[in-house]
Amino acid sequence: MYREYILDLYRNPLNKKELVDYDCRYRALNPTCGDEIDMMVKLDGKNICDIGHLGHGCAISQAAVSLLTEDVKGKTIDDIKLIDDTDMFEMLNIHISHTRFKCALLGLNALRTALAK
Amino acid sequence: MDIAKIRSEFPLFKTNPNLVYLDSAATALTQQGVIDAMHEYYAEYGANIHRGLYNISAKATEKYEEARDIIAEFINAQREEVIFTSGTTAALNMLATSLDIQKGDNIVLTRSEHHANLVPWQQLGVELRFIELEKSEIRNQGLGTLDVESARELIDQNTKIVSFASVSNVLGTRAPIKEIISSAKEVNAITIIDHAQGVVHASTDVNELDCAFLVFSGHKLYGPTGIGILYGKKDRLEAMQPSTFGGDMIEEVTYEKSTWAVLPNKFEAGTPNIAGAIGLAAGIKFVESIGWDEIVKHEADLSDYLHQELSKIDGLQIYGKTSFTVNDIHPHDMAEILNSVGVAVRAGHHCAMPLMKHLGIHGTTRASLGIYNSKEGIDQLVLGINGAKALFGLKKAEDIVKDSGLHQQYMDQA
Repeated sequence: MYREYILDLYRNPLNKKELVDYDCRYRALNPTCGDEIDMMVKLDGKNICDIGHLGHGCAISQAAVSLLTEDVKGKTIDDIKLIDDTDMFEMLNIHISHTRFKCALLGLNALRTALAK
Repeated sequence: MDIAKIRSEFPLFKTNPNLVYLDSAATALTQQGVIDAMHEYYAEYGANIHRGLYNISAKATEKYEEARDIIAEFINAQREEVIFTSGTTAALNMLATSLDIQKGDNIVLTRSEHHANLVPWQQLGVELRFIELEKSEIRNQGLGTLDVESARELIDQNTKIVSFASVSNVLGTRAPIKEIISSAKEVNAITIIDHAQGVVHASTDVNELDCAFLVFSGHKLYGPTGIGILYGKKDRLEAMQPSTFGGDMIEEVTYEKSTWAVLPNKFEAGTPNIAGAIGLAAGIKFVESIGWDEIVKHEADLSDYLHQELSKIDGLQIYGKTSFTVNDIHPHDMAEILNSVGVAVRAGHHCAMPLMKHLGIHGTTRASLGIYNSKEGIDQLVLGINGAKALFGLKKAEDIVKDSGLHQQYMDQA
C-alpha cells in the first residue's frame, strides 16, 4: 500500500496551505490516532475556486486529502455531494484495510462537513 | 526462563507462530489455563452465583468467591476489600462518582495519565492539578518519570484525591509511588493507584503501598477482558456510597427505600462477570507458577535490550522506555509497516492526548513487553523500523533491508 506516489504525496502534499479568504472551514479529527485536517474552501458561486488544508496525519490521510483537493477544484457543491467513500478509495488506488478507513476518509469528511456549514 | 515453554501456554502462538506481539500494554495475550477455566465454567457449572440452591450454582458461587480469595492474596488484601468491576476504567469511574468531593477541593493527577484517570475527574468540576514529568530525562536517557518535587508542591491542604498510574501506559516508566503517597498522606488525601500497567510486571502489596484504593484489569494479567478489580481499604469502602444499584447489592428493599449489603457485595450490583472473575484468578495462578523473580528478571533484560537496540537507530527518539518516533514517519505508517513483517505494536496517542500535546508530538509508536517476548522479537522490530526508514526514503537502512529481503515483502504487498 505504500506505493511511491503515496509516499510522494506524504512528503509533498498538494494544496497544503492556509486560505486567508475562505467561505467555509472545518477541522476534522480522527480520535483514534489524533490526526487532524483543517479544511478551507473558497467558493465562486457554487463552484470551488480554491481549496487548502492544514493539519497532520499519516501517509494515507495526507495522500488522500491531496488527491481529493486536486479532484474537487472547479467542481460544484452538488458534484462533491456525489463523492462517496468508495470514490475516495478509488482515487487512492491502493488496498485500504479496515483499520485505515478513517485515515483515508478524514479529508473527505472534513470537506463534507465544511460545505454543509 | 524457558520462553518456548511459556509460548506454548498461549494458544494464539499456535495459530500465529511467527507473531512478534509487542502490544501487551494494550492487552496481554490469554493463557491456556485462563481459557480452560472459563470454558469449564460455561460448560460444566454455568449457573448464576448466590442463592441458587442447587449444585452447579453452589459450585459457581464457590469458584467466584475463591477467585476473590486468590486475588486478595495476590495483592495482600482482605477478601471483602476486593470488588469485581468490568475493568480499570469502570473502577476509576466508580471512585469519581462515589467519593465525596466538595467545591474548593482539588484533585492531583499527573501529566502522563491515561484518559481513564483524567476524564472521570474532569466531570466533577473541581480544580485538577498535574504532577510534572522530569523533562530532561524523558528525551535523553529514556527514563522519563514523575517529578517528586512537583508532587510535593502541588499537594496541599485542599487536596482531596491523589490519583496516578503506577506505570505510564505511554512511557512505561514507574511512578515514585512511595514518595507521592507519603506527600498525599501528610494532608490526608485519598490515594488511588491506577495499577493497570503495573500489576503484571512486579508483585503488589497494598499494605506496603498503603494506598486507599488500587485498581487494575484482568486482561493485562494474561486473563480475560471485561473483568477488573477495585481494591479499597475496608474503612474507605464502608464510608463510600454505591453508584450502581440493583440485585445482589442490597440488604433489605421496600417500595420506598433500601439498605445496602455488606462488603464486598455492596459494590457488585447485578450478575457479575463470573467467568471473567474465574479467568482472572487463573491468570494470577499462571503468573504465580512462574514466579515474580523470574518475570522481573526476564522483563528487565528485555527492556534493557529494547532500549539498547532502539538507541542505535538514527533518527529514532525514545520516550520513556516503550514509546518512540522515527523522523517524520507517522506512527500509524510505522505500525502498518511493522505489521507487514509480523510485529504487532500500537501507534497514536495511546489514550493520553494531553501528554502528547505536552511532549509536543502527535503520537508515538509503542512496543510494550510481555512474558512471552524474546530478544529475537526485538531484533525483528528493529529490522522493521529500519525497513520503514528505507521505504520512507530515509536511506542508510536500505542495505539492511535488501539483505533481509524485507523490501521485497513491501513490494509484494504494494
